[in-house]
Amino acid sequence: MTLVQDLTAALDEERVRNGGLERALYNRDASIMEGRAGVVCFPETTAEAQAVVRVAAAHGRAVVPRGAGTGLAGGAVPVGSEGHEPVVVVTTRMNRILEVDADNAVAWVQPGVLNLDLSRHVARLGLHFAPDPSSQQACSIGGNVANNSGGPHCLAYGVTTAHVLAVDVVLADGALVRLGGLEPESPGYDLRGAFVGSEGTMGLAVAVAVRLTPLPPALRTMLVGFATVEAAAETVTAVIGAGIIPAAMEMMDARITKAVEEYVHAGFPADAAAVLLIEIDGLEDGVAAAAAEVVGLAEGLGATSVRVAADAAERELLWKGRKSAFGAVARIAPDYYLHDTVVPRTRLAEILARVYELADANGVAVMNVFHAGDGNLHPLFLFDRRRPGELERVKAAGDQLIRVCIEAGGVLSGEHGIGLEKRDYMPLLFSPADLLAQDSLRDAFDPTRLFNPEKVIPSGSRCGDLQSIPPGVWI
Amino acid sequence: MGALEDFAEEAGAEDPVAVRGGGTQWDVGGPPRAPVRLLGAPAGVVDHRPEEMLVRVRAGTPMAELDEVLAGAGQMVPLDPVDPGRATVGGVLSVGRAGLRRLRHGPVRDHVLEVRYVSADGQLVKAGAPVVKNVSGFDLVRLLVGSLGTLGLMGEVVLRTYPRPRASRWLTRPSPGPPPARLLGLYRPASLLWDGASLWALLEGHPSDVDSQARHLGPGWTEPDGPPVVPAGGRLSMAPGLVASWARDRSPATFLAELGVGVVHLSGPGGPAVAPDPLVTELNRRIKERFDPTGRLNPGRMAA
Repeated sequence: MTLVQDLTAALDEERVRNGGLERALYNRDASIMEGRAGVVCFPETTAEAQAVVRVAAAHGRAVVPRGAGTGLAGGAVPVGSEGHEPVVVVTTRMNRILEVDADNAVAWVQPGVLNLDLSRHVARLGLHFAPDPSSQQACSIGGNVANNSGGPHCLAYGVTTAHVLAVDVVLADGALVRLGGLEPESPGYDLRGAFVGSEGTMGLAVAVAVRLTPLPPALRTMLVGFATVEAAAETVTAVIGAGIIPAAMEMMDARITKAVEEYVHAGFPADAAAVLLIEIDGLEDGVAAAAAEVVGLAEGLGATSVRVAADAAERELLWKGRKSAFGAVARIAPDYYLHDTVVPRTRLAEILARVYELADANGVAVMNVFHAGDGNLHPLFLFDRRRPGELERVKAAGDQLIRVCIEAGGVLSGEHGIGLEKRDYMPLLFSPADLLAQDSLRDAFDPTRLFNPEKVIPSGSRCGDLQSIPPGVWI
Repeated sequence: MGALEDFAEEAGAEDPVAVRGGGTQWDVGGPPRAPVRLLGAPAGVVDHRPEEMLVRVRAGTPMAELDEVLAGAGQMVPLDPVDPGRATVGGVLSVGRAGLRRLRHGPVRDHVLEVRYVSADGQLVKAGAPVVKNVSGFDLVRLLVGSLGTLGLMGEVVLRTYPRPRASRWLTRPSPGPPPARLLGLYRPASLLWDGASLWALLEGHPSDVDSQARHLGPGWTEPDGPPVVPAGGRLSMAPGLVASWARDRSPATFLAELGVGVVHLSGPGGPAVAPDPLVTELNRRIKERFDPTGRLNPGRMAA
């Protein structure tokens, strides 16, 4: 039987899509890279997911797990030559919340459950799922697990791996294994920890046990304006240096602040060179004291405006401004390239100056909106892909950005992952021995290299397999 | 040459080796299979950056020495070993067992940002990076925490540091039991312990928040001198929701359960471990085989 026939037997006709147009929808994720999708499958149960993996393996096809496709590093872009396109397994129909245990603050979910849907579902219990990527309305928990996703509130609460207790995974032979567990210590290696952030290269997650976090009893959300980017960056350093860990500390520069204000009219100070959106949470007295200290530090460093949200509605509005940043940009430029690097948080002012310089030198417009508290930069380069040369200049600026951040002691990615986008930059950060160790881990999970080939680790890191650019991919 | 290079040279690439720290948890995972050459990891705090909230420290450094450096800047790493004067950073990370404040501060693995280790073939390998947020490549750091030195020999690590709580208070009351649900309604307590007869709660934070949480607990609570003595027998790990039913027919004071975490300390032996899923065992075996093909790193330790 053919691949499509076998897959259809495992699922049904409606959930196995092989039409050219339908497949083309899955050639891309939210990055600018494009691959070539083979048959696209939509399992709903663990048994169906296992069957799909077995069929793909029997036909010698790779498997690319895909959630909502909001990834920005090309992690869900299928790579394979013509006639050997990977089977894309889309988890959007595995979208059930399986179990919520409020007493123990744990939920079991299928991977296609959307991040924000889970938090909304458990809010009535006084709980939430702490990782909150900017795409949280659209991204799936499975995608969060694959990318070890972050978000503004990961400053205080930690990224996805700190909130995942166990993952049920389909391995390359179709077998189902539970990594981790609800118990705090299990014998053997931290397989759960190894799997989270593996970008779909080690197996297909089919159920996830997540830790839920209590909603804080008290909150202060404030928007602080500054006359210079440096003053805002210095305030970030001063706050952390004072031993205060806000729940979130986001920075927006003048360009993005203006764009957001014109878009959502949240009352952001249009004349500020930079604003910080700072949220403190916890118990009332500690929150009040920390908020007062933060305001004092900011004013001492030249803050030009301080606005503290008076109620939940105003808090929502301030966050709406921050979270609408990408929508606001879409009104200004037809395309943007969103980067993701991390630098030591004491060097933000200096690195931001370099970011503006390198954007100018390449003739590219840049906006900055990012997780300042943990040094996680997100420069947005604006362009119009229809204009010749613009994308090339954006790529050149991005290349220089990555090098500047690595030289400053930073890393390639704070929350988007490596995927295809940054795969070939890995040697900037890691030695051949470091990369070989990482590849060994992948190899232990998936010796047949069935899952998501060509991702994360540059091909040269493997023995006897030298291939620089994956076939069928343009970057 | 630097301390790490010396350590790599000493470890070599041939004979069976194991690193011994303070030996405070040396029996975890069984004794190493003789003959094995015992090494000590390099020691010393290399670089504490309070404003970045991280510290670079060599694996052989006693936890008390690290804590003294961090305390100078009002910071801490909440690993809380039982005997910090002897326990080393590398030992605590290799065993991977958190102390009594895991409920609030999380497991050991969440405090480690970078590990530099000597691989089985004698090379220095770096996992992770000295920044607080990083998804560049696969997470070897978490793989190494709790691996008992069977995948690589830790030489130097970067840990997250945290502000020391401004106030910290233990409270206790008799509580024959069953254990309370939902952590008594406290907001993120640092620790909640129960031995079948009494409860202990550790409150941390702003002084007046600690006061208000103490008031929230209600009458009948008194301030003990400190935490209860932790029974030194076996150690069980169970889903936190199972502690109540497990304890139903146990004699009080023969155990101390970390509520909300699921670690139970026993005064008697722990009994045989539950056999893991054969597929988990197989994955462990495959990882060990790839990281240490000749089985020279801490031989005999862990089933893998």
